[in-house]
Amino acid sequence: MPRLPTPKLPAALQGPPPRPGEENGNVAPADAAKEAGITVVDWVDERTSLSGAARWLMFRKIPKGTNWYYTLGSATLFAFLSQAVTGVFLAMYYRPDAGGGAYESIRHITDQVFLGQFVRGMHLWGASVMVVLVFLHMARTFLFGAYKYPRELNWVIGVVLLILTLVMALTGYLLPFDQRAYWATVVANNITATGPLIGPYLGDFLRAGPEFGATTLSRFYSIHMLVVPGLIAALIGAHLYLVTKLGTTAPPWQKVETRPELNEAEV
Amino acid sequence: MNRREKEQYLRDYGILKAKGKPFFPYAVTKDGAMACVVLAVIITMSLVLGAGQGPKPNPTTTSYVPRPDWYFFFLFELLRVVKPDSLTQLATIGIPTLGMIALFLLPFYDRSPERRPEHRPIAMVTFVVVVGAMALLTYQGAHAGDPTTISLPTPQRIVKAGGATLAEYEAGKAVVAQSGCLACHKIGENGNGGPGPNLTRVATRLPAGAIARTLVNPTAPMPSFRNLPPNKFKAAVAFLNQLK
Repeated sequence: MPRLPTPKLPAALQGPPPRPGEENGNVAPADAAKEAGITVVDWVDERTSLSGAARWLMFRKIPKGTNWYYTLGSATLFAFLSQAVTGVFLAMYYRPDAGGGAYESIRHITDQVFLGQFVRGMHLWGASVMVVLVFLHMARTFLFGAYKYPRELNWVIGVVLLILTLVMALTGYLLPFDQRAYWATVVANNITATGPLIGPYLGDFLRAGPEFGATTLSRFYSIHMLVVPGLIAALIGAHLYLVTKLGTTAPPWQKVETRPELNEAEV
Repeated sequence: MNRREKEQYLRDYGILKAKGKPFFPYAVTKDGAMACVVLAVIITMSLVLGAGQGPKPNPTTTSYVPRPDWYFFFLFELLRVVKPDSLTQLATIGIPTLGMIALFLLPFYDRSPERRPEHRPIAMVTFVVVVGAMALLTYQGAHAGDPTTISLPTPQRIVKAGGATLAEYEAGKAVVAQSGCLACHKIGENGNGGPGPNLTRVATRLPAGAIARTLVNPTAPMPSFRNLPPNKFKAAVAFLNQLK
């Protein structure tokens, strides 16, 4: 007896159709890995919406005429990162002890630690490179008139970053605690103390006591590796946010070719 | 900038931006190349110049003339160039603070919409003057007299006298240079302009006896030099007595 064909299951009871790549039930390992990666990114993005920010940061347009002078800012940022990384390694061995410990720990880093002198040299000369790059970046901004509307606030943040960079250079100079470091910082401290109004208080605060010595060193150390780097990192964040939001400037002599059909007189 | 100029700028910038390329990968490539250059420079400097360490600090020394790192040379030299005591504060605090305030407020007092350097004569002249002054001061600061030598030429009359006089003069010069006098006194091109008086022509003001008495029994904060070996003391007095 002929039988009627079995009717199809209603759509609600059917399983999902096979996904691409798994028609015969087993997935290629490469596809599975790709799938897993996408799933993780999706999972994070679903909870943070970071993909929009990443697209905003990476796929923004930079104006026509952008040239090599525009890499000075990111080069400064890179020098800061290099200082941060080498500084972390130096902090693993450094002891802010004015009673000879600081001097001995620097000697230990220089003479005994694996690649110690190299990393110390990178930190020492990286400071000079960073100062030079900060000034070059500022010169570029000044010459191109890039501090003008609407980027005034970014210039102000940049000047604060310049001052903080010089504070880093000054406080870092004491840390090796040799003759040069000691006396240069005594002088810098005395000069600070001669300032009007807040000068004496600032001098007392930096010296951290009646005598220049143990407490001064630990205070400079904490300023050099905690306070100022934190401030610099936060302000770099603000600086970059504004750069991304406002866009980098075009070179001042870049010609703007307006489309004639947009000319008001001709419309 | 008035409102029209602001809108004009934003419109022009919008056109240039629309014609631009995306940050990734075009700018990122350049920035990455530059980062490699920076890293290469830092590594090369570290390998070639190394990281030395000076002697242990001696808080009681009076003869050490401290020097800052090179990027502060211009401030250091400014302090040496500004002579009168009444102006010292201006050099140490005043000028750097004013400079920083001027930098801070730059976008607020330079409000013209013009961005091309050739159309901003005041800004460009200021730039050249400031950079030139900083470069000159840095150069001079780097070549400032060594704190432990005196580059004063030996006077003709001493060279003519020769013998013991010349030998004592040279010995005295070395003693004075190494005893830390230059930390507070200026002799010729060397030393600091204060707090002690300039000694370049001290012998015109004081006879030999007075010089010797001052060295033994000085006015504070100058330290006494009575503990110098007698022959060195005699040579130092002989040298100072020839400074006229």
